[in-house]
Parts: sequence; structure tokens; C-alpha cells
Amino acid sequence: MDNFWIAVIAGSIAVYSWKILGFALPKRFAEKEEVVIFAGKLTVALLAALTAVQTFAAGQSLTLDSRLPAVLIAALLYWKKAPFIVAVAAAALVAALLRNLLGWA
Amino acid sequence: MSKQPARSSVISMSVGVGLATGLYGISFGALATAAGLTVLQTQVLSLLMFSGGSQFAVIGVLAASGPIGAVPAIVSAWLLGIRNGFYALRLNSVLHVAGVMKLLAAQLTIDESNAVSASQENSKDSKLGFWLTGASVFVFWNAFTLFGALLGSAMSDPSLWGLDAAAAAAFLGLVWPRLKHLQANLTAVIAVALTLVLVPLLPSGIPVIVGAPIAVVLIYILKRTQFGKRLQGDRHG
Repeated sequence: MDNFWIAVIAGSIAVYSWKILGFALPKRFAEKEEVVIFAGKLTVALLAALTAVQTFAAGQSLTLDSRLPAVLIAALLYWKKAPFIVAVAAAALVAALLRNLLGWA
Repeated sequence: MSKQPARSSVISMSVGVGLATGLYGISFGALATAAGLTVLQTQVLSLLMFSGGSQFAVIGVLAASGPIGAVPAIVSAWLLGIRNGFYALRLNSVLHVAGVMKLLAAQLTIDESNAVSASQENSKDSKLGFWLTGASVFVFWNAFTLFGALLGSAMSDPSLWGLDAAAAAAFLGLVWPRLKHLQANLTAVIAVALTLVLVPLLPSGIPVIVGAPIAVVLIYILKRTQFGKRLQGDRHG
């Protein structure tokens, strides 16, 4: 089995483990507000970190390329309450135009 | 008289959320195949993992690292999936399910099904909202994943289509609704800074799973300092 399949299957089991754990634990755990807040913080931190890496990283180096203006346009659209799919498509369009018409990286 | 409109509003809310969320499946499917996954692998992720943030994390890490990124991809997905565990805790005391229905309920436990369920006023609508939203998102998400995957696999060079930038925008879109409080914003800023500092120092895929948890720890330490006292009124970050 190749590594991509391992990531797909093991990753799915890993994600399901949290879901089934929540249903298996005694109901009194649901009242702990601190753990809910902790999960919220970890989610924000991970998604923000993934956004940054996806915008600036190229392997192990940091670069400024067409992705940054694309992400800034997406940010503007989210701020204006545009739907997710519109902002994502706009980002792709901006990067594609900068690369194909202006020859940006 | 008052029951009927409430019931139909749960149904329309659930299906509406399912359709709107399912549409992201197009971007997920296209980005997954651009990351090098086959159409089948992409579809299996949507069927089995069924948690948007975690799925985007898997393909984001694999796109950047290739096959050696399998372990950080799994860990990123796992860490992002932790919040589903807390939704499950809440839903367990709402749904009262056992056996196979419990296994099924767990699979359908995601941001949207929990949110619709939590926004209902009585327990009957709360249950209906969960099952209907979970099922709608599952059906639409998987159908649109297939559509996106076929679309993506027809493109020869993903970066010429801006798909790498689309992936960054997708993560931004997932975090955006959560940036409502000073603490959340600060957590995000610290996570970004730490992770970017770590990019040149660690193999790709690792900076995220090291940087983000450290950022959360730093926020808790910061809360104990004088500066942190000013954040105390803001608890839900």
C-alpha cells in the first residue's frame, strides 16, 4: 500500500477516534467548559498555521509569489461576507491570471 | 399551529446547510487530485474521514511534502478532528442512541450537524436537525467531491490554474468565522508567526503540528500575566 493510501485510511481512523470517543465517554464530561474552549483554540491555531504555510511555504523555504495577492483577495471577500466557494474560486483566478498573463511565480 | 413552521424551518435549514457545505466539496475534490491523490483516494477521504478541515489538512500536507508527508498529514487531521469529539460529547446527551446508530451518529458528527442541532429550541428538533443536516452534508459533500475530483484530474498543471492559492484561501475560509474574539485572533497570529519561523527549520508538514499546539500553550501562559488579565472578560476565544 502506498503512503497516500496510508494517510487516507489511518487519517480517517484517527479522526473517527475522536468522534466515537465523545459518544463513549460518560455524559458528565460534556459540562466541562474549559475543554471546549481548549478545542476551539487548537482549531483556530491549526487552521491559521495551515493558511500561513499554504500561502508562504515552498518546501522548506518561505517565498512571496502569486498566492499572497490571491489570499488577500479571498480575505477581502470573506470580510465582505462572500460565500466560501466564491472566495476560493476568486483566489484561484487571481493566481492563475498573475501566472499566465504576467508570468509571476 | 406553532409546531408546523418550526418543523419545516428545521428541514429547510438542514438541507440548506447541507447544500451550501456540500458545494465546498468541489474545491476539495479538485485540490485533492491536484495534490496527487487518485479520484478513488479523494472519494474515500470524503466517505470515511468526512470532516472538511481534517480533509483539507491531509491534502495540504501531502501536496507540500509528497509521500513522506503521510505521518504529519495524519497527525494534522487528527489534531483538527479533536473538536468533533467535543461535539460528540454534547450530542451523546441529546440523541440517546445505541449500537449501530451510535456508530453512524459518530460518523455524521461535524461542525454543521452539531451547529444546527444546537440552535434548535426543543429536543425533537435538535435530533431532527442533527440527523438531517448530517445526512444532507454527507450526500452533497460526497457528490460534489466526485465532481471536483474529476474536474481536477482533467487539469495538467494545477498551479497554472491557481489551485495552490485556492487551497490557502480554503484554509482562510475555514478559520475566518472563528476569528471573532481577541483571544482567538491572538492565538491565530502567534500560530502563524511560530509556524513560519519553523518552516525552514523542520521537514515540511511538521511546522504546523508543532507550531499550532505551542501557540495554544503560549496563549494559556499569556493569560496568567498582567496583559492576560485584560483578556479575562473574553472567554470564548
